[in-house]
Amino acid sequence: MAEYKDILVCGELADGKLAPITAELLGCGRKLADDLKEGLFCLLASDAVGAASKEAIAFGADKVYVVEHAALKEYQADCYIQVAESLVKELSPRVVLMGQTSMGRDLAPRLAFRLGTSLTTDCLDLSIDTETKLLTQTRPVYGGNAQAIFVSELMPLMVTVRSKAMSPLERDDSRKGEVIPTKVDIDTSKVRTKILETVKEEAVGIKLEDAPVIVCGGRGLGGPEPFQTTLKELADLLHGAVGASRPPADNGWVSEALHIGLTGKIVAPDIYIAIALSGASQHTAGCTGSKHIIAINKDPEANIFREAEFGVVGKYEEVVPALTGKLKELLAG
Amino acid sequence: MPINMIVCCKQVPDPEAPPAVFKVANNKMTLPPDVKPVIGQYEEFALEAALRIKDTVGGKITALSVGNNFIRDVIKKALAVGGDELILLEDEAFDGGDSWSTANAMAMAIKKIGEYDLIFCGRQSSDWDAGQVGLGVAEILGIPAVTLARRVEVTDGKARVEQVIPDGYHVVEVTLPALIVVTSGLGALRYATLKGIMAAAKKQPVIWKPADIGLEPSQVGAAARRSKLDKLFQPVKEAKCEIVEGETAAEAGANLAVRLREAKLL
Ligand SMILES: Cc1cc2nc3c(=O)[nH]c(=O)nc-3n(C[C@H](O)[C@H](O)[C@H](O)COP(=O)(O)OP(=O)(O)OC[C@H]3O[C@@H](n4cnc5c(N)ncnc54)[C@H](O)[C@@H]3O)c2cc1C
Ligand SMILES: Nc1ncnc2c1ncn2[C@@H]1O[C@H](COP(=O)(O)O)[C@@H](O)[C@H]1O
Repeated sequence: MAEYKDILVCGELADGKLAPITAELLGCGRKLADDLKEGLFCLLASDAVGAASKEAIAFGADKVYVVEHAALKEYQADCYIQVAESLVKELSPRVVLMGQTSMGRDLAPRLAFRLGTSLTTDCLDLSIDTETKLLTQTRPVYGGNAQAIFVSELMPLMVTVRSKAMSPLERDDSRKGEVIPTKVDIDTSKVRTKILETVKEEAVGIKLEDAPVIVCGGRGLGGPEPFQTTLKELADLLHGAVGASRPPADNGWVSEALHIGLTGKIVAPDIYIAIALSGASQHTAGCTGSKHIIAINKDPEANIFREAEFGVVGKYEEVVPALTGKLKELLAG
Repeated sequence: MPINMIVCCKQVPDPEAPPAVFKVANNKMTLPPDVKPVIGQYEEFALEAALRIKDTVGGKITALSVGNNFIRDVIKKALAVGGDELILLEDEAFDGGDSWSTANAMAMAIKKIGEYDLIFCGRQSSDWDAGQVGLGVAEILGIPAVTLARRVEVTDGKARVEQVIPDGYHVVEVTLPALIVVTSGLGALRYATLKGIMAAAKKQPVIWKPADIGLEPSQVGAAARRSKLDKLFQPVKEAKCEIVEGETAAEAGANLAVRLREAKLL
């Protein structure tokens, strides 16, 4: 049996650059690798990887395996799994790290089942038990109402990590590492799905993930209109973005791209203003990384007040315009 | 062409019970008895996706669940809304499974069912939130899978799926048989009609034990887990919300603005 050692990060690219989640995984992987005194490797697979391989080294990788193939232009499970499976079998890593992203959610379970190992998804914390060299995996369960620590003895130890849960290292372009172009024969006859069309739905303006201020509305807004008026006015004033809990996205009041939470986007702005949403654990899972949470809700018992730093109990129709009006005045003066 | 569909439904404690009632004791989640079990939210969406296909092209829907001590009224909701058959893998031995043992048992049951064009799962169960079982079943059965689907249509032996991506959606085509992992956004599960409820009350679920799907009790549930739960806990949070008041709600809103400036947040 192969000896399992080293840490492998399955990386992702975003707009031709190393995706933020991959830098986060490398930061966490570096620490695990140092604790084990083993290496940190990164897989980057795309039609063209370009300068991202150097970035992966600057963020902590010792070796970057670069797989370039026309079939890897867009993520498709049946192609990517061939690459990941072949590299994991070749390297026998002790730990495989992926992001809890569209790709990670889709690829990691398939790969774990194919390799016959176990997987823990959506981890918030990882550490190595120095005695057993096993990975201790902490993840939220019950919608965020509890956390669980899992261990597994099967190799490779596979996990996906929630975005923004780990910090990347300071980028250091003088860091030394090796880029290894790697050939994988991809059998395109095994591809059983076909992307017929890609439709972009992103709202105009600041991206939710990048916004320093998010004004987030819930089911209590009652329809699409307040998102475009009351909430947007406040967001615009603060150079922020509008987001939503799941029901407004489910009801088509806003685009799915605005949905924040366990099954939506994970955000961590400086300021998160939660309006007319109850603060279900599955929602707050997506925003507890925010520096300051402010809640406006007519129900004083709403759970969101347990998460918030400042709150107003009242109807949003009255509270929010007054808040926006006064802020306008204060910010001008 | 009418098609055969299987929808994997899990019975879970109501995930929308107030967060304060979720209490961990002895490494187990304990909930007060007034928190009733339900079918997981994403499985309800999956049921709705299957029902819409049945509405348009016709077909048969089998609901499948793995566990123990199913509350009949809860799990029969799958029949009451329009499902045709309910198969329960119900036995003590199925208790305490992880993603691996659950997916394996489900795949064995599906092989026994034999005829299927589409299998539906939710994106994640509403208790453990793992998000693995659907893809695991597809891997074991060797069929293609499309994740994060919010609309599914079937034509000419293929499914067309709207798959949610972070900034929009893909339209993906997949050959049948296939497994579809359903997310939110296709609309809530329809209400059961009175007729549906009455028909469901009369139907008996099919019960399979481990032996019925060719597995030993040691190959299912807790005994077959691949990942071990070391500890379940609740991080302590201190509530520290400062409620800003005013004579009227509007005044409170204005006062909030002043307070946020004072605190140098804005
Ligand atoms: C597995 C799973 C995953 C999930 N993932 C997510 C997720 O990612 N994101 C998410 O958001 N949800 C998610 N949910 C759903 C979640 O459990 C809640 O159902 C949802 O967050 C509730 O949204 P809400 O707070 O907007 O609505 P509600 O809970 O209905 O709350 C509406 C609030 O508005 C207040 N209100 C009403 N009118 C007014 C008014 N005029 N002025 C002021 N306040 C008013 C009410 O007091 C109430 O508190 C998930 C659920 C499950 C089971
Ligand atoms: N015990 C179970 N019985 C039936 N279906 C299940 C069970 N566990 C998981 N599933 C299905 O698999 C999906 C994903 O579950 P999980 O991997 O546990 O998050 C769920 O939404 C269900 O459709």
